[in-house]
Amino acid sequence: MGIYEISFWFLTVMALSCALGVILSRNPVNSVLFLIATFFAISGHYILLNAQFLAIVNIIVYAGAIMVLFLFVIMLMNLNADTEPQKNRLVQIAGAISGGTLLLVILAALRTSTITSLDQTSTDIGLIKNLGKTLFTQFVLPFEISSVLFLSAMIGAVVIGKKEQTV
Amino acid sequence: MPVQYYLFLSLALFCIGMMGAMMRRNAIIVFMCIELMLNAVNLLMVAFSKMYNDAAAQIFVFFIMVVAAAEVAVGLAIIVMMYRKVHSVDINILNRLKH
Repeated sequence: MGIYEISFWFLTVMALSCALGVILSRNPVNSVLFLIATFFAISGHYILLNAQFLAIVNIIVYAGAIMVLFLFVIMLMNLNADTEPQKNRLVQIAGAISGGTLLLVILAALRTSTITSLDQTSTDIGLIKNLGKTLFTQFVLPFEISSVLFLSAMIGAVVIGKKEQTV
Repeated sequence: MPVQYYLFLSLALFCIGMMGAMMRRNAIIVFMCIELMLNAVNLLMVAFSKMYNDAAAQIFVFFIMVVAAAEVAVGLAIIVMMYRKVHSVDINILNRLKH
């Protein structure tokens, strides 16, 4: 087992166990911290897959911005394990069984598929130069549209979050 | 490393996120589980991008991140407003949609 396999299995176990921690921990703050750890593990997988730019963007955008937003909201609301609403046991078991059944069905369907193995030679398609060229030639229209999406999301968040006047 | 391993890993992450979305009643945790499912898809896209040696899949991942960021901003604003009105983040209270 080379360093590649060792880091693959380490990151896989870390991602899966932290993802389980997200849904199983009672305290919402712990859930957020587990989710950040999951995102770091996924970023490690991106580096193994030669997608260095996406690894950095994943850490900056997800772990740095989105999860901090979650953490702020949870701390502003002062949520903790005592105020955590719990579904009854039956609904929880039903959710776990249906999720596990989906996993089993797709796993069984894909188990015998033959897909070529990934070669471990490093490619440069994940580097910022290559991605930037693709983004600004082939995908320039979706890029511009996403700026409109961001503007509308920003305005929407401000309008929704505003203190209500007398309606 | 066979690409199936990445397929199974992202499938497992997706199913964990789905289980969490069904098992929890806290609206913020449900939101976080949706983020987890989006990230599972991202991981699979990057694996396929490496498999086909194509940069387009990584651009799609980039756009998924953009949409997720916009979604989180609006969604958290809605949750904060709901908390101001009913002082709870329980999604069972949302089923009335009108206080």
